[in-house]
Amino acid sequence: MIELRDVHKYFGKNHVIRGYSGSVAKGEVVCIVGPSGSGKSTILRCINGLESYEKGDIFVEGERVERRGAAIAHIRRRVSMVFQRFNLFPHRTALENVTEGPIYVKREPRAQAQERGRALLARVGLAEKESAYPSQLSGGQQQRVAIARALAMQPDAILFDEPTSALDPELVGEVLAAMRSLAEEGMTMAVVTHEIAFAREVADRAVFIDGGVVVETGPARAMLSNPQHPRTQDFLRRVTHPIE
Amino acid sequence: MQSFLRDAQEFLPILAQGLRLTLIVTFGSLILATALGLVWALMRVSGVAWLAALAKAVVNVIRGIPVIVQLFYIYFVLPDFGVTLSAVQAAIIGLGIAYSAYQSENFRAGIEAIDRGQIEAAQTLGMGWGMTMRRVILPQAFRIVLPPYGNLVIMMLKDSSQASTITVAELALQGKLIAASTFKNTSVFTLVALLYLAMCLPLMALVSQMEKRMGAAR
Repeated sequence: MIELRDVHKYFGKNHVIRGYSGSVAKGEVVCIVGPSGSGKSTILRCINGLESYEKGDIFVEGERVERRGAAIAHIRRRVSMVFQRFNLFPHRTALENVTEGPIYVKREPRAQAQERGRALLARVGLAEKESAYPSQLSGGQQQRVAIARALAMQPDAILFDEPTSALDPELVGEVLAAMRSLAEEGMTMAVVTHEIAFAREVADRAVFIDGGVVVETGPARAMLSNPQHPRTQDFLRRVTHPIE
Repeated sequence: MQSFLRDAQEFLPILAQGLRLTLIVTFGSLILATALGLVWALMRVSGVAWLAALAKAVVNVIRGIPVIVQLFYIYFVLPDFGVTLSAVQAAIIGLGIAYSAYQSENFRAGIEAIDRGQIEAAQTLGMGWGMTMRRVILPQAFRIVLPPYGNLVIMMLKDSSQASTITVAELALQGKLIAASTFKNTSVFTLVALLYLAMCLPLMALVSQMEKRMGAAR
């Protein structure tokens, strides 16, 4: 469903993605892990055209992602995104955040969009918060609204860009639980995360990238429990046992 | 004091005519400055290089020429090119264009203060540039822009007196005419000053109210 072939990305002279190839199949959950600055978020942002790339190809259901093209709006409707810092619209309520895309981009009838929006908020456990503004919600609640907002577009896949990194530790679980239930229902997901336990449990495949290249990839459970490459081993040890 | 009150009774009806023109010029130019200012600001943030450059050039040219010269140009020079405007029309257009430059900088600052993540979230929903502005950026920028906007309205109200230089008999000019014919300078100009203050002070109170509300919302 998502395919990347030899993608290169430069920020000025800085060569941040050095030939990334990979794919996400329909219904698959792929977790991308790696140190800060390894290019993992950038890869994700290239998939829905938030960043451009200089070389290589990215396809979503066979359609090439081109940031400047007219097709990008179409691709973005099929591939939703959840951000590290939630990026909810602060001037709209939780329900309005969720229905914004369906009503104004997909031109769904308002009543229908609201009905689905309420169902989605209920699904992420926030039925009673529909008229709260983002500033009245905790980080975990905001991120769950953001997940509902992504789902409201009825996407074929969702990209998660470090969805729990900006959360207080005690709020991480509720967001991971919402993501896990999505995965169990067969949503196609690409997740950049530092939550190794989550990746091991929920992901089908894991990718470890460092310095803009794929160092190691494989079935998530096997690879994250028993990494082969020394850099993967080193990284995982630091993440899971930070004080040793 | 008694003579002042008598003078006030006598002159206020005439000054009221000037006041009417002051308000017409102020509101007319305010509407024009707001609309044009928004256009320049949107061009600046459009991401289209030549549009941004054009808007920047226009704003700099407007800012670099004194308001009074712009008024002279529109009222005295344009007729040579076959465009003849009434004094009030020229004043509204001249002040509107002059202040559009300041409004545009104000609007641009408001737009650029919005977190980039908001644009990305909108794009991710499949919104185009126009819808992102209308639904996401401008409603948020509006609240940031409101207090400085109020300050510009106050400045425009006072600067509408520059319209007197192209024969618009607004409050200041009306006052000068009365003073010249009656020699009651003190009474007349005190009245004129009080009338400006009576309009500006409530506006200032409104602006500081808005600033307080903005502060509380953060």
